[in-house]
Amino acid sequence: MYKIVRKKELNPTVTLMDIEAPLIAKKAQPGQFIILRVDENGERIPLTVADYDREKGTITIIFQIVGATTEKLNQLNEGEYIQDFVGPLGVASHVEGLKKVAVVGGGVGCAIAYPIAKKLHKLGCEVHSVVGFRNKDLVILEEEFDKVSDKLCVMTDDGSYGEKGLVTDALRKLIESGEEYDEVITIGPLIMMKFVCMLTKEKGIKTVASMNPIMIDGTGMCGGCRLTVGGETKFACVDGPDFDGHLIDFDEAIERSSMYKDFERHAHGEACNLFKKEVK
Amino acid sequence: MPNMSLVKNKMPEQEPNVRNKNFKEVSLGYTEEQAIDEAQRCLNCKHKPCVSGCPVNINIPDFIQQVAQGNFEEAYKIISKSSSLPAVCGRVCPQETQCEQKCVRGIKGEPVAIGRLERFVADWHNAHDDGNVEKPVSNGHKVAIIGAGPAGLACAGDLAKLGYDVTIFEALHLAGGVLVYGIPEFRLPKAIVQKEINTLKAIGVKVETNMVIGKVLTIDELFDDLGFEAVFVGSGAGLPKFMNIPGESLKGVYSANEFLTRTNLMKAYIEGSDTPIQNAKKVAVVGGGNVAMDAARCAKRLGAEDVYIVYRRSEEEMPARLEEVHHAKEEGIIFKMLTNPVEILGDEHKNVSGMKCVEMELGEPDESGRRRPVIKQDSEFVLDVDCVVMSIGTSPNPLIRNTTPGLDTQKWGGLIVDEATGLTSREGVFAGGDAVTGAATVILAMGAGKTAAKAMDEYIKNK
Repeated sequence: MYKIVRKKELNPTVTLMDIEAPLIAKKAQPGQFIILRVDENGERIPLTVADYDREKGTITIIFQIVGATTEKLNQLNEGEYIQDFVGPLGVASHVEGLKKVAVVGGGVGCAIAYPIAKKLHKLGCEVHSVVGFRNKDLVILEEEFDKVSDKLCVMTDDGSYGEKGLVTDALRKLIESGEEYDEVITIGPLIMMKFVCMLTKEKGIKTVASMNPIMIDGTGMCGGCRLTVGGETKFACVDGPDFDGHLIDFDEAIERSSMYKDFERHAHGEACNLFKKEVK
Repeated sequence: MPNMSLVKNKMPEQEPNVRNKNFKEVSLGYTEEQAIDEAQRCLNCKHKPCVSGCPVNINIPDFIQQVAQGNFEEAYKIISKSSSLPAVCGRVCPQETQCEQKCVRGIKGEPVAIGRLERFVADWHNAHDDGNVEKPVSNGHKVAIIGAGPAGLACAGDLAKLGYDVTIFEALHLAGGVLVYGIPEFRLPKAIVQKEINTLKAIGVKVETNMVIGKVLTIDELFDDLGFEAVFVGSGAGLPKFMNIPGESLKGVYSANEFLTRTNLMKAYIEGSDTPIQNAKKVAVVGGGNVAMDAARCAKRLGAEDVYIVYRRSEEEMPARLEEVHHAKEEGIIFKMLTNPVEILGDEHKNVSGMKCVEMELGEPDESGRRRPVIKQDSEFVLDVDCVVMSIGTSPNPLIRNTTPGLDTQKWGGLIVDEATGLTSREGVFAGGDAVTGAATVILAMGAGKTAAKAMDEYIKNK
């Protein structure tokens, strides 16, 4: 069992938790993920490590309430326990040697983009962060990003905060204004990453995308997380989760991510009834 | 006077058309009377040919003599000297190619039902067990086992009995390896696996779940920081293989590992499990091994109307156990032999809508000695399915070899070991099971675990 030592609501549908897991905290690197199971009947879900504190022995996770499992997880409070918590899994993001990077995050994906931006900043790299959200209420980690970024663009779809528009609009502006990046790192909804990669391909800038497909074991056994990258089958859990964004077959990944949509909607509905709570 | 019946006592079973709708165990096990009657078929041969067919050398005639006399607990003691998991092996060992194949009674008629008797003895013991075990005296040495599957459990059991302080590190949330994620409940009830693991815990074995060695701790850290003196790697089979034909990324295409893990480990078949599985109506399982049979029989139980086994050679070449093939057929699984998929077809939403196949015929023997299947001209047809399960093998998990310097591997990724001891190219690191051999059987993995346990004991004593 793994103790929840801190819980903080970042916005109405996104929650942060610090989980006591000293061995994992000792090893975790930005870009890696953990797998957790909320309770005995729970499913195994992957969540990318949002932060770690090697001294306190904690791992920070940030999750959006999208289905029954994240709803159940969100019902737990500080001092309570998660059944299973395993990691750090996957290959850490390659950040060494980069001089100037644009980090592009969307929605809850910003939770994963943040530790990478932080690490790059610490290594002396010039970091430009572009973060996008649907509206003002959903903005997360703005202060944190601000501290580790040489430039920060906050975008909202409806213009209720920051600048109105998509992250690709801001990124295009930066590139076209003459900013030269060694690399673009993007994390967020698949559709957003697809368009970021299309833009950077056009501009000839190397781009890494962090993928978060459906997984079960997360250790290279089930093959459920397979993606097509450069025409080859890759497993996100052991080969990734970071891949060359210009080689990923995003359309296939988008289709595959919808495999259990009906089940999730149904289960989520049941969970909501169970907790007698409205979830937006 | 031995019982000279030419046939085995029949195993009581659930009716095929009842059991293919539930996940309860198919075979119900002998009664005491049936077991004694069957045991009396054993001739108690002096040269014990059956023992040489057993990968862990159980003293088979001795335990059977005890059964014949109704001394079931004595029989259990004899088996458990050689096997750490008798209730498991009695169910999943391919006895027909091991002990039973060597049985003298098999020359004329059927061999003694050694597997069924082993199962009976283990179940009898478990039903009458008071839970009291003698904890071995500690010898003060620490050993680590990576992977709580058959190889690791067997190795742990033997070392614990010798007094070692044994810790098993398991990557999943539950110990048992393939016994819990792969082999379905109806063939091996999970309560039995749990019971065997509890027995190991009772003699002092520690099981640490959620520990992915190579990630959270390396083998070097197990030695240097945690004081383990020897390590056994039983990390099992790894990444599933696909055929590399078009359509394998469609929704509704599973590896057998994923399909079985969702069903068994994550209990997708039980109402109330949070893990989803596709509600498929027509399922094709590609492959001819035991895993393919398990996947097909699970699919049927999950409610599929038509379930096909699609295999490119003929039934004769199928690697699955006869008993499994027989059970699958009884349950209504349709066998499409000499058939090979060439493409999986999808609808506009990228869901599986069919599988394009070709018919095959057998040509000249290949390197494996089996006749090579070749495509029959103009034989293409589409099998109407909405789900495809690929059960064509696995390649070893890269996590340990990528994080352990000095560990030599075969080109295909299997760890290289000395066969007599299980020693790898790293001092103090031993290995066995599928991580070494590639996909094989539970009992071979157990045998490898036991071999390594003996060698680890000698290694530590001579250090």
